Amino acid sequence: MKLSYSRCLLIFLLSSALPSHAELRATGDLGVVIERETGSIQIVNTTKPASLSRIEGLGDLSHASVVFSRDQRYAYVFGRDGGLTKIDLLQDKIDKRVIQAGNSIGGAISQDGKLIAVSNYTPGGVKIFSADTLEQLAEIPAVYGEDNKLSKVVGLVDAPGQRFVCSLFEGNEIWLIDAKNPRQPVVKKFKDIGKQPYDALLTPDGHFYAAGLFGEKGLSLLDLWQPEKGVEHILEDYGKDDEQMPVYKMPHLEGWTVAGDWLLVPAVGLHEVLVIDTREWELVKRIPVAGQPVFVTSRPDGRQVWVNFAFPDNQIVQVIDLKDFNVVKTLQPGKAVLHMEFSPRGESVWLAVRDEDRVMVYDTETFQETARLPVQKPSGIFFTDRANRIGW
Amino acid sequence: MGYRWLLLGLLSTCAFADQPNPQRQQELLNMLKHDCGSCHGLPPKGGLGPSLMPEVLADKSDALLIDAIQNGRAGTAMPPWKNFLTVDETAWLIQQLRKR
Repeated sequence: MKLSYSRCLLIFLLSSALPSHAELRATGDLGVVIERETGSIQIVNTTKPASLSRIEGLGDLSHASVVFSRDQRYAYVFGRDGGLTKIDLLQDKIDKRVIQAGNSIGGAISQDGKLIAVSNYTPGGVKIFSADTLEQLAEIPAVYGEDNKLSKVVGLVDAPGQRFVCSLFEGNEIWLIDAKNPRQPVVKKFKDIGKQPYDALLTPDGHFYAAGLFGEKGLSLLDLWQPEKGVEHILEDYGKDDEQMPVYKMPHLEGWTVAGDWLLVPAVGLHEVLVIDTREWELVKRIPVAGQPVFVTSRPDGRQVWVNFAFPDNQIVQVIDLKDFNVVKTLQPGKAVLHMEFSPRGESVWLAVRDEDRVMVYDTETFQETARLPVQKPSGIFFTDRANRIGW
Repeated sequence: MGYRWLLLGLLSTCAFADQPNPQRQQELLNMLKHDCGSCHGLPPKGGLGPSLMPEVLADKSDALLIDAIQNGRAGTAMPPWKNFLTVDETAWLIQQLRKR
């Protein structure tokens, strides 16, 4: 048998292109960085650290968030324009993509990993999809009030018991959604919970859902172990005599802001981080910081909390040491630091520095920069270890 | 109140003669995309804040828009930007939004 030269070459080329020759990739080391202006993402390796690929065509990512499948193979990207995109992190490609609404703010993945829920502004409501196929299973319009208006939906999180919890920005309600039967979810509504809930968080144990209020002081608290007790308004009196400053970027509450018994949250319109004792749900300290906080994110071990700020102070990042609740470090990584993400055990933190077109990695013990990656107008950074956390 | 509108109207007409320099224009466009865009979208089709697309702005006067941007809108999440934008710059930004 004789093979022609060209056939040999062809076989050689084919064999070198086979996936079996590709470098194996474990997803526990991966992450996604949003490029907000170009509507693209980068898949990154969080140990090296390095950029592995760029994926384009995700629409309007001027606001975006990401959840991961529990096998950490897929990233679900929720875009501003209602786009829901399922990314295959092993193959660097879009697996599926649907435009599920006109205007969207975020989403969550169910306890069993089989459902994706999205919170929408237009039309206001929640939609539930199959995580596998992105087939729509249910639509829950955020109807409120006597004239059945639709509210923007914010602060959507997953909760134990195959449930989701969300808040209605104009409707002033918290909804507890039981999705055990995903085609016919059961909604329990809590009304008049406080004015204009803007975002929410779930405590890491899945016990409490806390919605931050924009239209008045304080937070609305729902005990998911005893929802029949209703929603409690906490911290309604703090700072009520202080001059209210305009808010240049809505604070975000999702993520890990609970460290031990303490919950740290941004004070709306004030240059303060609030420390709440979660045993009594009382305010124990107001920590002065450099600007209006946007993200108040705890290092996974809970010793440090990193804070970034709204315009015009968004070139600054501050670190609070929980040993004595003081700011111990002020960094100036560059113009417009939009987001912070810790490595799974917190030895490093990645910062998205939008106007410098870079992501910077810092050692959280020495506060020294250890790496930087070129990223176009980076905003959110999301690592796959989020996959196994409740309420992320 | 009416007098204030008239004043703003006059100011905004003057503004077109006095455009920001090219470097400032870039800063303003970056601000529009990213700081305004965090609530209004990119393109600004709306988010927490309303759409700023030309067809939506068509029936709104420059004076009204300048007032909203400079002084914010009470009862909403829109803050005042007068500490960061001159009236001229605000008028120039509105011009850019209208011709997108």
